[in-house]
This record gives sequence, structure tokens and C-alpha cells, in this order.
Amino acid sequence: MKNLLTIKDLRVYYYLREGTVRAVDGVNFFMKRGETVGLVGESGSGKSTLGLSILKLVASPGKIVSGKILFNGNDITGWNEKKMRLIRGSRISMVFQDPMTSLNPLMRIEEHLVETIRTHQKISKAEAKKKASLLLNEVGIPPERSGDYPHQFSGGMRQRIGIALAIALNPDLLIADEFTSSLDVIVQFQILSLMKKLKASHRMGLIFISHDISLVSEIADRIALMYAGQIVEFAPADVFFSEHLHPYSEGLLNSVPNIELSDQKLSYIPGMPPDLVHPPEGCRFYPRCPYGEDICKRKEPPLVQIEKEYMVKCFRYDGKKSRT
Amino acid sequence: MSEKVEVKYSISRFIVSKIKNIFPQKGTEYFALVGFILILLIILMAIFAPFIAPYNPIKKVGDILQEPSSKFLLGTDGLGRDVLSRIIFGARTAILVTLLAVSISLSFGVLLGLLSGYTGGKFDTVFSLVMDAVYSFPGLILAIVLAAMLGPGILNTAVAIAVIYTPTYFRMVRGLVLSLKESLFVEAARAIGANDRTIVFKYIFPNVISSIPIVLSLNAADAVLTLAALSFLGLGLPAPTPDWGFDLRAGHAYLASKIWWPSTFPGLMIVILTLGFSLLGEGLNEILNPELRR
Amino acid sequence: MASLRVYVIRRVLLAIPMIFILLGIVFFIMRVVGDPVSAILGGHAPQEQIEQIKEQLGLNKPVLFQFFDYLGQLLRGDLGRSLIWGQRPVISEIWDHFPATLELSICAFLVSILVGIFTGIIAATNFGRFFDHAFRLYGIITYGLFIPWIGIMLQLIFGVYLGLLPIGGRIGTLMEPETITGLYVLDSLLTLNMESLISAIKHLILPSLTLGIYLSGIYTRLTRTHLIEVFSKDFIKSAWARGLPKRAVIYKHALKNAFIPILTMMGLQFALLLVGAVLTEITFSWPGMGTLLFERITYRDFTTVQGIIVFFALIVITVSLLVDVIYAYVDPRIRY
Repeated sequence: MKNLLTIKDLRVYYYLREGTVRAVDGVNFFMKRGETVGLVGESGSGKSTLGLSILKLVASPGKIVSGKILFNGNDITGWNEKKMRLIRGSRISMVFQDPMTSLNPLMRIEEHLVETIRTHQKISKAEAKKKASLLLNEVGIPPERSGDYPHQFSGGMRQRIGIALAIALNPDLLIADEFTSSLDVIVQFQILSLMKKLKASHRMGLIFISHDISLVSEIADRIALMYAGQIVEFAPADVFFSEHLHPYSEGLLNSVPNIELSDQKLSYIPGMPPDLVHPPEGCRFYPRCPYGEDICKRKEPPLVQIEKEYMVKCFRYDGKKSRT
Repeated sequence: MSEKVEVKYSISRFIVSKIKNIFPQKGTEYFALVGFILILLIILMAIFAPFIAPYNPIKKVGDILQEPSSKFLLGTDGLGRDVLSRIIFGARTAILVTLLAVSISLSFGVLLGLLSGYTGGKFDTVFSLVMDAVYSFPGLILAIVLAAMLGPGILNTAVAIAVIYTPTYFRMVRGLVLSLKESLFVEAARAIGANDRTIVFKYIFPNVISSIPIVLSLNAADAVLTLAALSFLGLGLPAPTPDWGFDLRAGHAYLASKIWWPSTFPGLMIVILTLGFSLLGEGLNEILNPELRR
Repeated sequence: MASLRVYVIRRVLLAIPMIFILLGIVFFIMRVVGDPVSAILGGHAPQEQIEQIKEQLGLNKPVLFQFFDYLGQLLRGDLGRSLIWGQRPVISEIWDHFPATLELSICAFLVSILVGIFTGIIAATNFGRFFDHAFRLYGIITYGLFIPWIGIMLQLIFGVYLGLLPIGGRIGTLMEPETITGLYVLDSLLTLNMESLISAIKHLILPSLTLGIYLSGIYTRLTRTHLIEVFSKDFIKSAWARGLPKRAVIYKHALKNAFIPILTMMGLQFALLLVGAVLTEITFSWPGMGTLLFERITYRDFTTVQGIIVFFALIVITVSLLVDVIYAYVDPRIRY
């Protein structure tokens, strides 16, 4: 089965006065139709930039420096704005974090939907309005409220409206960038359930970007863990949580407090993420890695393919074609 | 292939960033410095006027309306007076009246604002309404009427100008007082038994002080313009006093005959001084409240 | 929209005390602070004349009485009579000069927002780069320019040296069009008088530019600041992500949102517009309210001056009210 999305050796840099920030520095990624990939990483790991670059929305002074992006078999890397506009919102959608500013405060939510629909489809306003009502229903917003303004809704409801906007044209891929991070836990759960439901009914692929690994575990089929601009582990979810081969994954999962252990000390990964303007020569995690060796310091580790769907960027597994 | 591209980008950006490092982070930080220098120069001009000016500014020293020459660097005006000397002495008037006006409005505005904000109640409501009314009314027109009713003179003019700016300080200070009044540390001060006056001066006042320099500069800029306007309309200072606005007006009559110098130079001075204060205010604003990059 | 109606009513009710206070202040300045008698007669005048004036203006009554008398007069639409020449009703004097000021103000306003908003958009979309700094400087400089000086410079360059445009007056001698609205451009168009149309426009150019450029700076800064702020909001990112065309994103989503504070500023700037108009009129010998005010101050025509000030006050309040109403119409968050 052809991949929905393939990314080959993508590099996205931000050219700032202080220096060039290598936000995404050699990322390889793929996903299939209908899959949910959890793109996890700490702030500054490059996950948002990665998400934005799929839709070519990286704003100046950022730039896609090299690499390839293939969507549905098409190489969209070189596509200009005009062509990208055709797939934005219709084939690939993106939703963002902040419910307070995610909708235009001067437009009724019906207008938001109608505008999106009619940008990509030549149908009448009346028909678009009907579609809008159906969409609102799907995401759990009473259609009678379609004439209301964004400020009249709560944060969770606004995110739902955001979802409605995103699925309006039945895209193949939805990218959610820290979508639930501003919501409280209960609402988070509701939104997550909604997304699972819609993903299935619309047969959408979903890239769920988050810093919260436990949240991601609820929804992801596969996990891609990013660190300092690179993907360091890429595995099916269950395998990731059971094996967590990369030292960073190990550290992360160990630091999640476990409610069942009553007498637990909070553990954490010592050190700080590297400076993305001057990244270290070798492995970027080396300074914080408990298993670091000389070769890690000198050379960048390869992306080792442990199994067909399991990749780790670490010297510990280099040469080993199965899990240790 | 991708590596070559990467290297090329790196080198070019490296060079550019090194060049950029020579200049300060943002060009706008220069503003405050330039503004300050301009103001300083004019203040010096005002202080040392008798020593710098080549001629007596209120005496006829040459033929009327002479072109700029080596004898009269900026020419002579309609009464045979040296334009250069007049604008140098004009700095005195400008600085004096501006400083006076700004001080008056600052003192009254801040004091009343503190008082009104802290006292609250009917006093506050009435005062705020009055201040709002004055604030919303076209300033210059109010100043014109005041100046007309008060008559000419340095103090009268300064007062006329001061009145229209008092509400600015009043509103600013009152707003800060109101928000601080409710904030926790005033509660804490009360809890340790500080009396009202202490609270106002020791706790609220210092917070207010920090916003003032910027407003002050911008106000001074405005005041210079208002003074110039009043003088332009003949409502400022009595006749022979060297005053930029007045001279601008006087020179206007000769424009059609291509006699440009009696107007141009006084007007230029007004612009320079105003610019000085504006740049200082804007520059301070940049420094104290820097703009966040996207 | 019921909510809009409610808002308008509320707003109008709020304006009434404001009018009282403004009128009170004007009255206070004119009758209490200054001495109207000496303002009119100028110092040394015989006693009988002083008494005569006092009777005429009712200055012998207690101040509060005078105030209410005046208010009563105002409600009847009577602003008093001029103290000079034919003693025409002040209202007529004002009405003769108002259209000139209106025409100038409208043109200058248009110039200022067109130039201001346009340069603001360029600055915002070039954030951190050359045009951004350039237009920011433009904004600061224009605000500090002395209007008469700008006017004089323009007069020198375009009027005196290049001889392209007239440097004073509103229209060529004896070229006035038939008076319908009092706005020469409009009247010329309505009466199809091409000669006067051209003359009127030529005379409008320099004064409008002078005032317009002076006012534009603030719109440049405002547009720039608010556009930049709006650009950082998520709904703009979302608009791009939904594939909306560039024009829609910048104008419909970004500018419309940035526009609200700009609109407010237009209202606040109105006072500045009036002030600027006064100075511009005097510089260009433009026969409007500003020239009238200045003239009557010179002639010590106390009642007319008072009438003009009151008129200005009323205009300011009306405009401020209108702006608030428009603001409520545009931004639904205020109403609901």
C-alpha cells in the first residue's frame, strides 16, 4: 500500500540575526492512510516546524532548505503557493493550539465554514450552509448556534469548531499541533474521543503533535519521538512503550510519574537540549545520555532499522537487526 | 546535493550575520540617542545664546529682507533683523515655555491623578469627567481660547498649554493608581499598618514614575507644536521677543516674492526640536518596551 | 440588531452629561477665567461702554444664571449675535464658513488614511526589514512636523518656484460654482461647471496634502502595530492552512481585525483633524472655521468666538458618538 506521506531527509532552518537555527535537521518519516502518528518532543524539538513544513507554512525567516515531501505519491516539495493552496484545507488540514485566537472574532462560525467550503468547491452559499450545519452536528455543536460569534463559545467548543473546519472537505491527512494543550483534562479527553471517532469515519490520517507523551499514548498507532530537530525513535505505539530503545525514550518514560507507585521520587533527564544554532557534531543526545560512548560524541548516529516499521537513531543498535 | 546547498546557505548567512553584528540589534535604538542629542544642542543654543548669536535679535541690523550672505548667514527679516540671531534666541523662548508648560501639567496632572484615584467616590467621578472632557476636546482650540482670554506673556502662554496636557497625566496616573489600589501588595502594606499617605507615596508612586519619561517626551514634543501654533496666531508672546512661530508667520507674507528665508529657518527649528522630543520618546519606548519578534 | 439599538441609546444618554460639562468648561473659560469685557474692549474703555457691554451680554447676572440662559439659547438654536459689523447671527457666520472646513477636512482625512493605512500595510508585511524601519520613521517624523511649516514649504516648492498650484484661497476669483451644498467640488460636479471644478481641485491639493500627510503618520504606526499583532494570531495561521487566497487573508481576516483600533483612533484623531484644519486654513487663507475663529479673536468678537467653540464642542461629541456606534456595529464583542 502506498504511503500517505513520506518525508525524506527534510531540513528546515530559520535564518535569524543571532544565527541559523536548524529546527528540523534531517528528518525521515512516513505514514500510511488512516494511521495516527504521535509526533512527540519537548519545546524546541522541531515538531511544530515539521508539521508546518508539510503544508509549506513555515514563515520567513524560516525556509525549507533541502529534502523531499511526498504526499499521496506526489512530490510536493517544489510546489508553489498556488498549487499548495489547492491542497491546504482540502487534502491536508491543520489545527492549532490556542482556542482563544484560532477563530476570526469578527466572523460568525457559519461564515468560517462556508468560506472554507466555497474556497475549494464551487457550490452555492445555501448548499454550503447546509453542509456547515451537518459538520457542526458531527463535532457536537448544536447547528442552531451557527450564527454565533467565536467569543460566545468555550475553549473546548472552539476547538471543536476548528475540527469542523478542518474536516469540512474530507482531507486525507489532519495535522493537530498541540491541539489539546490549552484545554483542561476533561475537555482534552472529550476532544480526543471526538478525533478518534472522526478519524475512523472519515478515514483520515492524523499526525498528533504534542509534548505530552501520556496523552499521545491514548490515540497514536505509531510514535515518532523528536529531539533537537531529528527523529530519534519511530515505532508502533505498543512496541514503543514496551521497548523504548532510544536512551531519550527511556528517560522520558521513566520520568512520567506512575500513580500506582506510592513512594516515587520524581526522576528526570539531567542537562538541557542542545543549541540548535550550533548543534554538536555527533549524537545530539550524547551530553545527556547515560550510555554515551566515544563514537557518539564524534559521529552522528545512523537511523537504524530494527524491524520493518521500527527505527532508532542510536549507535547502540547499529548493526543489530533485531531488538537486544 | 543537499549538503552542498546547505553549505552554501551557511556561508552566505554567516557573512551577513557578522555584518549585522556591527550595528546594534535594532536600528530603532538609535532613535533615543539622536533625539537626545538634538534636544541637548538646542538647550545649549538657548543657554549660550548671547555668546553664539552674531547680532542683537531685536534690533534692526541691516537692510530688510536681505538674502542669506556671509554677513547675515540666514538673511534678514522684514524688520531688518538677523534671522540667525533670532532663531538662536528663539531657542530660549521655546525651551523656557515648553519646560514651564510641561512641568505645570506634570505636577498638577500627577498630583490630581494620585489624589483622585486614591480617594475615589464623587470627587473622583467629577474630576474624571472634567478631565475626560478637556482631553477629548481639540487641544489647540482650547489653548487658543485660553491664551486669548489670558493675554500674552510667558506664564500665561505656558498655562494655556499646560491645561490641555494635564488630563494626559491625570488619566495615566489615575489608571495606575486604580489598578494598584486593588493589587495585593497594597493590601499587604495595609496589613502591616501603613497609613494612607505612606501607601500612596511609598508604594504606588514608584510604580507610576517609570511610565512617565516616555509620556513626558512626547508631551514636550506636542507642547513645542502648540506653542508654535499659538505664536503663529499671534497669541503667544509679546512682539519683539524672538519666537519661532511668530517669525514663521511674519515671514509668510513675503513668500510670493520668493523670499523664503524668514519663514523656512524658524520653521525648521520648530521641526528639529519637536523631532528631538519625539525621537527621544519613541526611542525610550523601544528600549523600555521592546517589540517582540514574531 | 436589537443589541445595536440598545447600545446606541445607551451611548447617546452617556453623551448628554459630557455635553454639559464641555459647555460648562467653555463657559467657565470665557466668562470666568478671562475677562470678556476687556477681551472685547481691550483695556482702557470708558465706564459707560463697559456697562453697556455688560448689559448686552448679561454679564451682570450671577454666572450660573448666565450659564442656564445660554443653554436655553442653545436649545433654541441661537448662538447669539456677532459683536461686529452687521451683528449677524453667529449661526449664519458659522454656516457660511463651515462647508469650506468640511471640504478640506474630508479631503485631508482621505489622504491621511489612504497614505497611512497603505504605508502601514507595507511596513507590517516587511517586518524587521527596510520598509518597516523606513515607514516607522515616517510615522514619527510626520507627527512632529509643524503644519504651517509643511504648508509653507509646499507653497514655496509647488506654488512659488514651480508655479504649478495656487498658494492660497479656495477657488479662483469669481469662479465659485452655484451653491448647493457649499462644497465646491460637489457643487461644480452637480452643476457641470468644469472650470470651477478644476479650480476648486487645484486649490484643494496643497492644503489637503499638508494636513493629510501630517495626520497620516499616526495611521501608519497604528496599522503597522495592529497588523503585526493580528498576523501572529492563530486564526491567520488557520486561514493560510485552509488554503484561503492571499487577498482574503490580508484584507478580510487580518486588516478587518486590525481595523477596529484604527477606527477608534480615527474618532480620537478627529479632534486633531479640527486643530490641524485651523492651522492649515490660516496658512492657505482658506475661508473656513479656522480662519473665522482667528479673525474674530483678532477683532475681539467675543460672542462669535464663543459660538465657534461651542460648535466645535458639539461636533466633537457627535463624531465621538458616531465612531462608537460604528465600532459597536463592526465588533460584535461589544454588543453581546
